[in-house]
Amino acid sequence: MILSSIRTFGSYIILMNRVFSRPERWRVFYRSTLREAFGLGISSIPIVLLISFFIGAVICIQMKVNVESPWMPKFVVGYATREVLLLEFSSSIMCLILAGKVGSNITSEIGTMRVTQQIDALEIMGVNSASFLILPKITALMLIIPALVIFSIAAGTAGAYAIGEFTGIITPEDLTIGMQYEFDQWYIWNSIIKAVVFAYIITSVSSFYGYRVTGGSGEVGKASTNAVVSSSVLILFSDIILTHILI
Amino acid sequence: MIEIKNIHKQFDGRTVLNNISALFGNGSTTLIIGQSGAGKTVLLNCIVGLLTPEKGETLYDGRNIFKMSKKEKLMLRREIGMLFQGSALFDSMSVLENVMFPLDLFSDLTYKERLKRARLCLDRVNLIDAQDKMPEELSGGMQKRAAIARAISLGPKYLFCDEPNSGLDPQTSLRIDELIHGITTEYNITTIVNTHDMNSVMGIGDHILFLADGNLTWEGNKEEILNTDNAILNSFLFSSDLVRKVKEMGSKNK
Repeated sequence: MILSSIRTFGSYIILMNRVFSRPERWRVFYRSTLREAFGLGISSIPIVLLISFFIGAVICIQMKVNVESPWMPKFVVGYATREVLLLEFSSSIMCLILAGKVGSNITSEIGTMRVTQQIDALEIMGVNSASFLILPKITALMLIIPALVIFSIAAGTAGAYAIGEFTGIITPEDLTIGMQYEFDQWYIWNSIIKAVVFAYIITSVSSFYGYRVTGGSGEVGKASTNAVVSSSVLILFSDIILTHILI
Repeated sequence: MIEIKNIHKQFDGRTVLNNISALFGNGSTTLIIGQSGAGKTVLLNCIVGLLTPEKGETLYDGRNIFKMSKKEKLMLRREIGMLFQGSALFDSMSVLENVMFPLDLFSDLTYKERLKRARLCLDRVNLIDAQDKMPEELSGGMQKRAAIARAISLGPKYLFCDEPNSGLDPQTSLRIDELIHGITTEYNITTIVNTHDMNSVMGIGDHILFLADGNLTWEGNKEEILNTDNAILNSFLFSSDLVRKVKEMGSKNK
């Protein structure tokens, strides 16, 4: 078990060593990065907005129900909602969701290329297939996921306001006071830094599992599952470390 | 010209290739034939450099692929075209983009020149009308032709084909064979084809190598193969009822 983990980690390092090499043609690299940014990142905007909006609303309700007390000021609901959204939900939980959506997509794409010999074809042509396929994905997602996190914060906040408005559990004024109470700009940077690290984990781990697939479509499916599980565990683990360092 | 000398390859202690030596000339098509598991694909992979044998050399016009630096190997790969069993077209790209791909990466041509070259290659394989289609929209034969167009786009000196006729009907197979042979002579390429299709053997077998259990058991051409007295080769050649009956009819007519 330990030996196999060390071996897997070693293979990952060797692959990343191949990935981070100078692209063959910058023109092709920019084009691929742009395509990945659209294909993997921009296409995730609707799901990110949808989930964040509803979770923002639910957090607001939960805070109202659980925190409300005669001794607590009304704005605490807005304050707590903001803190949950900024510090954990929009960075960590959203990246866990993206690990499932984007990660499985990356693994199955690269895995299918492996089993249909498309990667062999690249190697035969003299292309560094690891760098050609994986580097644009890593670059694109490290740029796009932080933007998605910002969208998530905005959508979550909108969800909180919407539920306050529709149900009347909190007025927009009280929510705004809470949202602005002792606001620290660093929390936004904290989310962005976390998102960059998590984006790297999602892309590199998913690509690694896809790249080393052997066999057929069944193995591609298994690799996708393993990639999502591994990236999720690594995200949670690094979340502890990052939270400890950044706050 | 490609020369292989004493290629020896083992997997888990089991010998898969046993001291294979052969010469593959310019402008000729060499077929490697043999039963499944005879070592054809392993030999092709050793020649291309995807596998490294325990012993032996593969010389591309005198240059040993196993002693080349990383950079030299990369340069050599640009002189190689390969047609895979499943075509291996990039499924996220159109047919034209697939053919342009090696040109985009490795040529210094302008966009217009690359486009012109890619269309020329597609025209050569009669696929110019399908240039905007995606690989999944093509039939098996068309996919093979598109893969040939991609393989020749950089003007390779060496062409490798792994089971080019697998999954194709006899007529389409014939067309693919003619295309491979035509390109080989037209551009003076050294072509090596891995096959167990007897139609290919009789159609384009300028030079034939027969592998059995990892050994090079017979070497000759399409004229010589029918008159061989090699028992293993004969049992392979005439294993199908149809070919056996044709042979029997031929003998009776004599």
